Amino acid sequence: MSLPLHLAALAAPRSATNQINDFLTGVKPDFVPDWALPLTTALISVGIAVAIISLVAMSGTWLERKVSGHIQCRYGPMRVGWHGWLQPIADGVKLLLKEDMIPLGADKPLYLLAPALVLASILGAMAVFPLAPDFYFADIDLGIFTILALTSTTTIGVVMAGWSSNSKWSLYGAMREAAQVVAYEIPLGISLLVPVMVAGSFNLLEVSNGQAGGFGVLNWYIWPWVNPFMGPAFLLFFIAILAETKRAPFDLPEAESELVAGFMTEYSGIRWSFFFMEEYAAMFLYCVVGSFFFFGGFESPLTSLARATDVHLLVQVAAAVTIIAKGYAGLFLMMWLRWTLPRVRIDQVMTLGYKYLTPLALACVLGASVWEVFLAPVLPWR
Amino acid sequence: MTTTQEHTPSISETAARMLESGEREFVLDVKTSDLEVNMGPQHPATHGVMRILCRADGELCTGAQPHLGYLHRCAEKIGENVEWLQYLPYTDRYDYLAAMNNNLSYSLAVEKLMGIEIPRRAQMIRTICAELNRIGSHLIAFGTYGLDIGAITPFLYMFREREWMMALFEKICGARLTYSYIRIGGVFNDAPPGWLSEVERFCDTFDEKWQEYVDLLMMNHIFVKRTANIGVIPKEMAIDFGLTGPMLRGSGIDWDLRRDQPYELYDEIWADGAFEIPLGSGAKGTLGDCWDRVYVRVMEMHESIKIVRWCLDNIEPGPVIADIPKTLKIPPGEGYVGIENPRGELGHYVVSDGGKVPVRVRVRAPSFVNLAVLEALMPGTLIADAIAIIGSTDIVVGETDR
Repeated sequence: MSLPLHLAALAAPRSATNQINDFLTGVKPDFVPDWALPLTTALISVGIAVAIISLVAMSGTWLERKVSGHIQCRYGPMRVGWHGWLQPIADGVKLLLKEDMIPLGADKPLYLLAPALVLASILGAMAVFPLAPDFYFADIDLGIFTILALTSTTTIGVVMAGWSSNSKWSLYGAMREAAQVVAYEIPLGISLLVPVMVAGSFNLLEVSNGQAGGFGVLNWYIWPWVNPFMGPAFLLFFIAILAETKRAPFDLPEAESELVAGFMTEYSGIRWSFFFMEEYAAMFLYCVVGSFFFFGGFESPLTSLARATDVHLLVQVAAAVTIIAKGYAGLFLMMWLRWTLPRVRIDQVMTLGYKYLTPLALACVLGASVWEVFLAPVLPWR
Repeated sequence: MTTTQEHTPSISETAARMLESGEREFVLDVKTSDLEVNMGPQHPATHGVMRILCRADGELCTGAQPHLGYLHRCAEKIGENVEWLQYLPYTDRYDYLAAMNNNLSYSLAVEKLMGIEIPRRAQMIRTICAELNRIGSHLIAFGTYGLDIGAITPFLYMFREREWMMALFEKICGARLTYSYIRIGGVFNDAPPGWLSEVERFCDTFDEKWQEYVDLLMMNHIFVKRTANIGVIPKEMAIDFGLTGPMLRGSGIDWDLRRDQPYELYDEIWADGAFEIPLGSGAKGTLGDCWDRVYVRVMEMHESIKIVRWCLDNIEPGPVIADIPKTLKIPPGEGYVGIENPRGELGHYVVSDGGKVPVRVRVRAPSFVNLAVLEALMPGTLIADAIAIIGSTDIVVGETDR
């Protein structure tokens, strides 16, 4: 009981959760007890979050296959639907019907729990991710902090999966994941401090609002006239999210030529697909975070135009289209890199993370703060 | 397991003892052991059905032992039971990526026993086929090496060119992988009309694509970082292990059977200056590292195209097979011919007692000999390096096991 109430309390007045709650209060027949309302609200909200994650994961897998196909002079899936767009559904059905294998000697409770935990961390992060200025579940002041905290718990699930599988390859994958994620959390968090400093807020909505104006483009934080340390910070952020989401060239935890399939070697069927969903959802989420903090968030010429018409719904739709388009652009970039680059080695990953990215991120923060304190107040366009 | 079991103090017992005696030095009597990891028989990095037993201390590989025999098909024993001509298709199956070269090696050995003259056009076509096959084989070697390092796309690009090469072979002999095209006495049939000009088109296209591969993968910074200074084979070690082919030349030793023990028309081609022998130079790291070995293969593809071009320029009409009877009776004696296969020296040692069936067919398989060096290279490398080293030896398990 306390959890849904707590969620509702967290939500801002205009949040999707409150809107659903208001709607339900209006249509509630008398025989339904009052305590059922917040519970239903929470369930519907979770349903929406799961639906978004599933859609992102399904479109992500389809996109990955098409992008890799076209990069490799192939077509990718072509049979199921127009250009294979129904392929993810066919795959989903196949994975659901597959036998759910549990290896002999596996630590069964941990083995079963791990995929759920991995997916839950991403679902939790979805709570603070606004899809449009007026469509979000929780408007938390420490929004980005919550996202980073929740997504980093993925590692626990992965280590759990690797350990409980009773397979040496899985263990290797899990250990690599743990080492890699710990190493890259640091530059990831620090590089995000640069836009946070400029915006003066951890809240995704406020960061987006801070980049409004300038035809929806000129005030993006990435531009050097806003803060010249933003570009390097974004590069560091992008490298760090590649490592965080286990994407090439940092796909060591599931390096298929070395570790067979890394931590998910022993998983099959729908449990295996949870790891897959997590990967694509996390990629999308990090790309969206990147677009919020560096590339204007909801701000684009499209949103500016919609705002000029002063139609509330149009603004919401334009903002949603903008952020989703930016997210998928980032997703495409990550796929492009994956299908081009070879994989680095574990010691090179560690060296890059600790010896280069972390000091560089700190230098960026230092430079950016000097700029913000001494130069930004006297710049005419700030 | 030892029979006498000593009492190993647990951590709590050790801690209690340390508290009592005031010891400050922290010594834990915990037994640790290396992890034994089975790479294979089904593993993406073993390039076939091979098992490598890897001892690992974390990510560090402290020892490795290859285990063979999963693909053993008694090829040599079969050779003692079938007629001379009937054995030819079995040669296709050792190194299935370079079947033309396998055919050539066996045919040359038998022809040496027979002492017959091969028509010049047949020799030309044999050389073209062997060199095209070398390109196809090196494309696989380089492409799958990219896969081992984690680059998936170049592999598919290389398959595109290999596909064309296989289509060429399909046109000339009907088969795409196991050709049996080069026969004792020449080749099975003449090239179909237009085939030679298509080979020329292939050469033109390949030159462009080859440059792409060099730019995309060979000089890729991550690729160089992953392969340079890894799995170094010094010159003496290469000789001691009897390495041949790109493995040997990667260590900077100038030894190529096409020039040093010429067969077919290679002495003529070499005298014409049509090709060079690329050697490892340690350009990106140490002489004889993985990068050098791969580099030699990549450069060899370029040289093979030159050889094919030379043949296309000099080919003349004529018969393509010598006049030999259907059932061969080879005069008694023994013969050995080693040729430069894509993977090294492939030798056939054949013994005849004058009958229809060989007394002995012995194969000197380059993959088998080159594989031995793995055990010496692996200790002290990381698991990822171990994969890079296995890949750089470029073994074909069909050939190691036969």
